Amino acid sequence: MSKDAHIRTPLARVRGLGSAKSGTTHFWHQRVTAIANIPLTIAAVIILITLLGRNQAAVAQILGSPAIAMIMLLFVASICIHMRIGMAVIIEDYVHDESARLTLLMANTFFTAVVGLAAAYGILKLSFGL
Amino acid sequence: MAETKARVERPLSPHLQIYRPTLTMMMSIVHRITGFGLYFGTLIVAWWFISAAGPNGYARFEWFAGSWIGRLILFGYTWALIHHMLGGIRHLIWDSGRGLGPTEREWLAAANLIGSITITAILWIIGLLAMGGSV
Repeated sequence: MSKDAHIRTPLARVRGLGSAKSGTTHFWHQRVTAIANIPLTIAAVIILITLLGRNQAAVAQILGSPAIAMIMLLFVASICIHMRIGMAVIIEDYVHDESARLTLLMANTFFTAVVGLAAAYGILKLSFGL
Repeated sequence: MAETKARVERPLSPHLQIYRPTLTMMMSIVHRITGFGLYFGTLIVAWWFISAAGPNGYARFEWFAGSWIGRLILFGYTWALIHHMLGGIRHLIWDSGRGLGPTEREWLAAANLIGSITITAILWIIGLLAMGGSV
């Protein structure tokens, strides 16, 4: 089959967005967040270790301090985006029933949004002392 | 379509159970399983942040984290986190087109596993020492 016999229009090919209309967006976001997750996870683990054995007041003060809070907020945001894309791939791979797949994909979005917001709220509350 | 024909037995591409398990295959499966586990482990991270706001909530979190089941979950979470991170670095190396040769991919898989176990052990030793040796 020659190139001219391709079913897609030249414009569609040039846009390269495929049938889902989003092209490689998820692939790319998964890599961007993967790279962001490396330093953020290392930082979060180091922060966690320094907090071990301290009492609640000290933990709250350190976690709520500007630099630490910002690192943790970035950590939460990056892992939640990464989690959502990763779990969507798992669901799309194994759940073949249309309605079950759509339900789980929606639940995946809700779960990651709620967990991400809950964690971010927890950090902000420590920072602003509400 | 006027009528639906009876299902034709078509040849299927061989799946997991056909192949001899290899280290790279197992590491690929484990990467997905650890990612799946970490997804739910994030609930603990969120709970930790929220609990830090008050002494009662933090005491409940510390009780969970100090219980044997809590310790087991947190140990598993630590290993899954490190394993998934090292596995992710391996995937990023592959994305650059490197490390796909027959010898490189084998040692990368081995390094992934040995590295995750070693780093998890070191982190827990440091962590338990930081807590004043109260194992």
